Amino acid sequence: MSNNDYIIDVKDLTKKFGTFTAVDHITFSVKRGEIFGFLGANGAGKTTAMRMLCGLSYPTSGSGTVAGFDVTKEGEKIKRHIGYMSQRFSLYEDLTVMENMELFGGIYGVKSKDLKERASDLLEKLNFVEERDTMVGSLPLGWKQKLAFAVATLHRPEIVFLDEPTGGVDPITRRQFWEMIYQASSEGTTIFVTTHYMDEAEYCHRVSMMVDGQIKALDTPANLKKQYNAASIDEMFRILARGAKRGD
Amino acid sequence: MKNQFLQFVKKETLHILRDSRTMLIALLMPVAQILLFGFAVSTEINNINVAVVVPQWCEGVRQSVERLSANPYITYKGDIAPDEIDQNLRSGNVDAIVVFTHDFEKIMNEWRRNGVSKSAMQFIMDASNTNIAQAGTGYLTNILASDVMAASSMVETHMLFNPQLKSAFNFVPGIMGMIFILICALLTSVSIVREKETGTMDVLLVSPVRPLRIILAKMVPYFGLSCINLTTILLLARFVLGIPMGSNLWIVILVSLVYLALALSLGLLVSTIAKKQVVALLISAAVMLLPIVMLSGMLFPIENMPSVLQPLSAIVPARWYIDAMRKLLIQGASFPLILKDFLILIIMTILLLAVALKKFNDKLE
Repeated sequence: MSNNDYIIDVKDLTKKFGTFTAVDHITFSVKRGEIFGFLGANGAGKTTAMRMLCGLSYPTSGSGTVAGFDVTKEGEKIKRHIGYMSQRFSLYEDLTVMENMELFGGIYGVKSKDLKERASDLLEKLNFVEERDTMVGSLPLGWKQKLAFAVATLHRPEIVFLDEPTGGVDPITRRQFWEMIYQASSEGTTIFVTTHYMDEAEYCHRVSMMVDGQIKALDTPANLKKQYNAASIDEMFRILARGAKRGD
Repeated sequence: MKNQFLQFVKKETLHILRDSRTMLIALLMPVAQILLFGFAVSTEINNINVAVVVPQWCEGVRQSVERLSANPYITYKGDIAPDEIDQNLRSGNVDAIVVFTHDFEKIMNEWRRNGVSKSAMQFIMDASNTNIAQAGTGYLTNILASDVMAASSMVETHMLFNPQLKSAFNFVPGIMGMIFILICALLTSVSIVREKETGTMDVLLVSPVRPLRIILAKMVPYFGLSCINLTTILLLARFVLGIPMGSNLWIVILVSLVYLALALSLGLLVSTIAKKQVVALLISAAVMLLPIVMLSGMLFPIENMPSVLQPLSAIVPARWYIDAMRKLLIQGASFPLILKDFLILIIMTILLLAVALKKFNDKLE
């Protein structure tokens, strides 16, 4: 096991599909409790990298750990210790709020006694107590996203992967959503987030920028802007992405 | 981990229960089809319209005509003049015409006395619908021949197992072969693909649940639904349609359960190919349903198919299931007689399941 201060610690992680190198020797670490922004254009290899970190696919070469487990062979163990929320809304719309919580609690092996406690805690925190038995499908989108985040952290994972969690959400809800992220982070949960909104990148403690399968930049938003002499992360992103050969 | 599986089964059951329209269709479709095929759609030929041409009435002719008009399968349309034959057939007024010879009485007497046989009557059939023409010839021969042709009455035909040739008997196994593919394969594949479409499948795959367990949990409620359907169909077949059903009900259930497993595997296979619900639906409906209807022997006897198509029908699983069900339900056959069908179904199930699971796992990587 590598340094315990880092929840993600990978070295030269590479994934090839035939002759195509989707992820090309990426090396980086994420500290515990950090909010880490994982940026990059479509096709830059973000999703493939994230799948490896989540234990969904094994790297072609390279090494590293996530939550203390080897990314090259302990995928199943990694899955048990992380939370995940996808870019698309990922709860079941034809199940009630509580049924969704029970399902995902059951999936992650949360004991039913703990589950009840945590669920009612969460519902109270989210002001959802009255919506307990409402079908998720009839909730407004912003609520759904918050609920999805709550469900993804129900089993108290050390790290949560958020794959473009705020896609298609209005600015106010996005703000509220980021407040939840900060809250979770202050309680010690590591947040690993990909996003298309460059203004959101500014909220992160550190961001990395992927171009053509490689990490081209990695630092705090302030340092990056200074380094590239850019007014915003958005501008910096455009400077970096200009050299990209693939993607859109 | 047992809790995990049960949670999943509960979730899938809720999905089905809350989609009340689909559930209603799934439960009522077999009932509707059994009743429809059992009563409305019928391949037995009833009400054949028959007219007669009688140049000279006599006792023999009168008896024949009386027998015709009294027969429940025949609607007697009266006697017509010889020059009206063509017009009556063309207009569709009658399906068949019996033309008696003018010396009917004489021929009959000669035959009775000396055994000299000569044509005494002629059947003119409208053969534009071959089914009606064939059945009609059969009926007319049976009704009238005993008087006329001693030769034909020497052959006596016994219809075993389904003496009244009720077509419902024939349809029930066919409907079973079709319904289970529809419910199991179609609904399962659509429900798996729906999770891919909505993105919930991603979340499930990132979770520590084994993919195989996700799939198994999905199959359980659909399997249950199909068992309900099996019960409904068998009850309807026995008590509404009056299909005898021998003492081998358990074998019927056993073979059906294997067929259900086969259909579920098919659904899984489709779900690994299709990315959209519509595609899953199309594959299930067009690629699977059509061969069942056309090639399984459900509607058209396999022996009548062009020789090119006959081997093709052998790879349609429903063919073997329908064949087994026919033997079991209608003939009351014992297990050894359907052993071949049973083994073929088992082998097909194992093969399909292996391919489907392999493809499913490949997709994950």
